[in-house]
Amino acid sequence: MKQPISLIVNGERYDTLCQPNLTLLEVLRENLQLTGTKHGCELGECGACAVLLDGEPVLSCLVLAMECAGQQITTVEGLARGAELHPLQAAFADHGAAQCGYCTPGILLTAKALLERNPCPSRSEVREALSGNLCRCTGYLQILDAVDAAAQVLREEQR
Amino acid sequence: MKNRPLHIIGKARRRVDARAKVTGETRYADDLNFPRMLHCRLLRSPLPHAKIVSIDARRALALPGVHLVLTGADMPTTFGILPVSQDEHALCLDKVRFVGDPVAAVVAQTELLAEEALALIDVEYEPLQTISAPEEALSHPEPRIHDYGDSGNVHKAVALSFGSVEQGFAEADHVFEDTFHYAGNTHLPLETHAAVAALDPDGKLTLWSSTQTPHYVHRAVAKVLGQKPSRVRVISTPQGGGFGGKTDPFGHEIVICKAAMMLGRPVKICLSREEVFYCHRGRHPVLMKLRCGVKQDGTLTALHLQTLLDGGAYGSYGVASTFYTGALATVTYHLPNYQFEGCRVFTNKPPCGPKRGHGTVQPRFGQEVQLDKIADKLALDPAELRLRIVAQPGSLTANYLRVQSIGLADCIRSVVRRSDFSNKHRKLPYGKGVGIACSSYLSGAGMPIYYNDMPHSGVQLKLDRSGLVTAFCGVAEVGQGCDDVLCACVAEVLGVEVADVKVVTGDSDLSPVDLGSYSSRVTMMMGNAAIAAAERAREIVATAVADKLGVAADQLVFAQGRVFDAAAPEKGLSFREAVVLAEAAAGTIGTTGSYKPEKPAALFKGGGVGPSPAYSYTAAVVEVSVDPETGWLGIDKVFIAHDIGRALNPTLARGQVEGSVYMGLGEALMEEQAFRRLPPKLSSALVHRTPSILEYKSLTSLEMPEVDIELLEDPDPNGPFGGKEVGQGPLLPIMPAIANAIFDAVGVRIDEVPITPEKILKALAQKAAGKPGRIGPKDFPSVSYPAPLFVPTPWQGGDGRATNEVARPKDKRAKNV
Amino acid sequence: MLRLPEFQLLLPQSLSEALALLQADPEHSSILAGGTDLLPNMKRRQQTPARLISLRNVKELGQLTLSADEFCIGGSVRLRTIETHETLSTELRGLVQAVSQIATVHIRGTATIGGNLCLDTRCEYYNQSQPWRQSIGFCKKKDGDICWVATSSPRCLAVSSTDAAPALMALGAQVQFCSASGLREIPLSALYQNDGIHYLSKRPDELLTLIRIPRRAGQRSAYWKLRRRGSFDFPLLGVAVAVQRDEAGTVQHAQLALGAVSSRPILVEEVAALLIGQPLGDEQIRQAAEAAYPLAKPMDHADMSLSYRKAMVKSLVTSALREVRGDDVSQDRQRLMRVLG
Ligand SMILES: Cc1cc2nc3c(=O)[nH]c(=O)nc-3n(C[C@H](O)[C@H](O)[C@H](O)COP(=O)(O)OP(=O)(O)OC[C@H]3O[C@@H](n4cnc5c(N)ncnc54)[C@H](O)[C@@H]3O)c2cc1C
Ligand code: SF4
Ligand code: FES
Ligand code: FES
Repeated sequence: MKQPISLIVNGERYDTLCQPNLTLLEVLRENLQLTGTKHGCELGECGACAVLLDGEPVLSCLVLAMECAGQQITTVEGLARGAELHPLQAAFADHGAAQCGYCTPGILLTAKALLERNPCPSRSEVREALSGNLCRCTGYLQILDAVDAAAQVLREEQR
Repeated sequence: MKNRPLHIIGKARRRVDARAKVTGETRYADDLNFPRMLHCRLLRSPLPHAKIVSIDARRALALPGVHLVLTGADMPTTFGILPVSQDEHALCLDKVRFVGDPVAAVVAQTELLAEEALALIDVEYEPLQTISAPEEALSHPEPRIHDYGDSGNVHKAVALSFGSVEQGFAEADHVFEDTFHYAGNTHLPLETHAAVAALDPDGKLTLWSSTQTPHYVHRAVAKVLGQKPSRVRVISTPQGGGFGGKTDPFGHEIVICKAAMMLGRPVKICLSREEVFYCHRGRHPVLMKLRCGVKQDGTLTALHLQTLLDGGAYGSYGVASTFYTGALATVTYHLPNYQFEGCRVFTNKPPCGPKRGHGTVQPRFGQEVQLDKIADKLALDPAELRLRIVAQPGSLTANYLRVQSIGLADCIRSVVRRSDFSNKHRKLPYGKGVGIACSSYLSGAGMPIYYNDMPHSGVQLKLDRSGLVTAFCGVAEVGQGCDDVLCACVAEVLGVEVADVKVVTGDSDLSPVDLGSYSSRVTMMMGNAAIAAAERAREIVATAVADKLGVAADQLVFAQGRVFDAAAPEKGLSFREAVVLAEAAAGTIGTTGSYKPEKPAALFKGGGVGPSPAYSYTAAVVEVSVDPETGWLGIDKVFIAHDIGRALNPTLARGQVEGSVYMGLGEALMEEQAFRRLPPKLSSALVHRTPSILEYKSLTSLEMPEVDIELLEDPDPNGPFGGKEVGQGPLLPIMPAIANAIFDAVGVRIDEVPITPEKILKALAQKAAGKPGRIGPKDFPSVSYPAPLFVPTPWQGGDGRATNEVARPKDKRAKNV
Repeated sequence: MLRLPEFQLLLPQSLSEALALLQADPEHSSILAGGTDLLPNMKRRQQTPARLISLRNVKELGQLTLSADEFCIGGSVRLRTIETHETLSTELRGLVQAVSQIATVHIRGTATIGGNLCLDTRCEYYNQSQPWRQSIGFCKKKDGDICWVATSSPRCLAVSSTDAAPALMALGAQVQFCSASGLREIPLSALYQNDGIHYLSKRPDELLTLIRIPRRAGQRSAYWKLRRRGSFDFPLLGVAVAVQRDEAGTVQHAQLALGAVSSRPILVEEVAALLIGQPLGDEQIRQAAEAAYPLAKPMDHADMSLSYRKAMVKSLVTSALREVRGDDVSQDRQRLMRVLG
């Protein structure tokens, strides 16, 4: 049985109807047509579906949409600053960190949470923060480079 | 075109599709949604080998919301990627051949409903004996998994002899004999296969699919559904990785096309992760035996290579894979005499096919580990040994591969220098080690999959008064960056910015045919086609501008968005003004370019597999730590040098090298497509052990070591701007370099892949007990290979033909992939 | 996309409401805490509860407090909270080491400690989709009648895979359960039974509400985990130790627990007993490692060969004891577990 639910995604409120058995992933992609959030397993085993829930990275395939009502949800669609790319996005684009791009949304959001917590992470700290996101294309190194570069830009912005 | 300074090519640049990828706007197949779209799920066989007695879908059809159930009988025509192995049905017709073989399809209003309806389809099977391993396939010709193939459950057995290995062994000071096993593994693209089929407003069938080979899917769909190819449109959506896993046409693509045609509604399918393990087409498990003759100074006198491939349940690219296990042994080191015997068998497992490095990865592992053993025996530095025997550029190999540039020696020197190999090898403390290995790979297959004389890649350009250049090409964007290469090649020749070039790719209605994203062929072939098309456009524009400025056309420079006089740069006009002139003078501007590789030098049967316009070369040194207490293996650092000819976009090239190293590490350390055979007394079950992305282990960011890369740029005469492949070659040396490094670290040989702590510990224990410190296959089974084709080598005065081959019709050549 | 079957979702706002809802139909209800174990299992149809009672809004269970003599961790405290808790990371290092190695960063952000302690047992024949399990004719644990791991086994041998349980057992944790009929408290080790199907002694109408861990001055603890990768993977072996020594270095109190070696985590008191009253010397550590070795009974239903998993018992026990002794084993930790520091 469908129930009304309102979600706050990227600062905007969306009202939709959904069954209790829908995950946040399904509602984002299918009800709200926010297809930027990806999926590679739907079992919590790849990290492709990561989004931010109140600023913390979670797997949207393992959270019931109903349980997210009222929380701040951030997806890749909410990263850019208007027409301008977020420094993380720009760095990913410039460093070749997005090859096929399928892991990219999940990694961008996870990295965003990291940099908010720790503006100056070491390379091992970045590795650790991203260790729940599989990438099959890049071998991660260009991703690490990109996060490092973005961190620097963000730190400069803070100044 | 020669000697023009380059403005775009060779510069690190943000790829043209990067913005879409980082904003989440790239539309992968599963991101497509259409009004009234229905969803499809497949019922898959629970049995490894059985006859289908009956299928009753009445209960499923009775479920409200279920629109259609399809079975094999609805699409009885066979298909398959190779013309010689048309052995698949969109849904199994009368027989299932592995657990996961698709048997029926449900199309319903929601995906969940379609899934639930599957359980309501009643299928009656008559089980057949399970064939679970190559040895079993050889010893059990019956029951046959297929009623075609060379014999029994042997799909293909081949034998080729170049020169005389007997003579080579007689001349050798030492003959080494080693057996190796390379376990199967799979591509595991992060995106699972997905597709949508719909009728367009004109009633024409359109398929969007995450396919690396839209052209071959186009052919298969048209064939099975009995449609004129001109009435079928196939669009390859950008893929979330492929690595060879999306290069076959798949039953699910045909099924949804059929459903869309029957229902007149869009139909989507998105495979689950588990189903991707069943589509597979991944690395063949290969057992191999190498006999190698060497002189005291390291010179190779002969190699006799035998391979046994576990093909799984269908042909796929298997015939080509079989030949590939023997094709490239000759391009790295000079081999005067070479014999190759290969055999692929059918087993009741998901079909194997092409994965990054297709068929050449497994024997390369054997060859490079054996070389390490040879160097050890001859007390030679393994890098020095390789330098002594590197093949000659601009030569024909024993098996008639035409090799142009060979940067291998420079690659070896580069990694040796950067890693300080000579000061480390055999000199590090116990538990630390370095290993070296080399490899080579094709820059595109020299022959098409179905024999024809048409181009392998075509590019069409449209220029108009807006100043925009639109480039059309049938290539498929897997993530490798082909859109970027296309843009860059065109922009470079026309002297415009990449932002002024728009690409339209992978759409059979709009773009000229390109054979697909496999065998590292795209940059080579599409790149050359793009250059050709752009050069023609340039000529048209130059003619008009030359007229206007009164300057000779060949005096004109196209750069920075301008067309100007080389002698007086201020004399010129903007590219847009130039196109306006040209459009006025010559009419609407459209040009084409196409590319077809040179005909191979090999004229014997099977010689179509291996030729390529250019070969890339790679050398790698890997540093490892092995804990002798636990066998735990750490990869400390990877040094790699890749002979790329020219890096068109160094950022992307680097990404391909790192990605290949990553995937090679995964294969070396943990990736394995493993199966479980339940106790035969109790069950016939043969299942994929763990079809999940959690239990199919791949490296996380924590396991990935730092990689020190050098790209060696010695332009190849055949490559676009001199470029050669980079997407596959750098994977190959990783596995053997690790095996060799482990030997250096703790003195044990792991002659199989993956190399796990368990195996290292076991080898160490054996060594401590005075037994051989080696893990690997004990012997090689007896395989009845056919009598070889004898091909005299070029240095024996051969002409590329076999001396004992009966003349065969021209179009029956073995197909290259 | 894998999808969840249909169920009724209940979102109680308080503990009493949750208990009442549970009491109404315990057999057909499941507690939904972080859902990182339950939801994947439901997607594979290993579990198909009709009702899910979510603890998300039950604030009482989310408290983490410390008093002079104990830590109290509410049943639905998130793993991430434990992992980043400063006092815990000094005083209950073994627990923090265990928790920070569970699954992935993302999962630890949602997963709870109660869910971890109640985690379903695992087996390669069981953690599979419904069609996969159908192709082997199912097994005892769900829908079938044979155990494929040991076909003559009278019971299911699925393996306990919680990382936190051995760590908490070594630290002497007690757990509290609430039901509509009251409250009870037991030592954590008493929660587990060596049966892959009935692996918990908890009644279906009970909620795990609180974990109490005694504070012991000067106690040191450590957790070592075997798995193939530094992230994602369930333990193939977990070794938890807690040791308290006097000024002279004599062991006053010791506890050792093994995880992922049978259907329950095991407290190996006989091994710990070897250490008490002794200095923590190399010889004592060697003896403890030898004694622990035969107690591990890994089965062929998880990653890595069982002989290897068993062989690693000695090595991990040694490392864990050396770590609590104060040896610098950070390099070994980094190499084996790929964790920082
Ligand atoms: C990819 C992946 C990797 C993982 N790796 C690990 C690992 O390395 N180590 C590890 O230990 N775990 C691992 N897990 C399992 C799981 O994520 C954790 O164990 C987690 O802590 C479970 O907590 P949860 O809150 O999400 O549990 P849930 O899924 O919500 O619940 C788990 C079970 O406990 C019951 N339950 C939950 N809370 C209570 C309560 N308060 N009272 C009574 N019953 C309750 C539920 O009904 C359910 O049966 C992994 C999971 C995934 C998907
Ligand atoms: S241990 Fe046996 S009964 Fe238990 S889940 Fe595994 S196969 Fe099934
Ligand atoms: S889709 Fe893989 S973790 Fe969510
Ligand atoms: S870029 Fe393809 S999976 Fe990461």
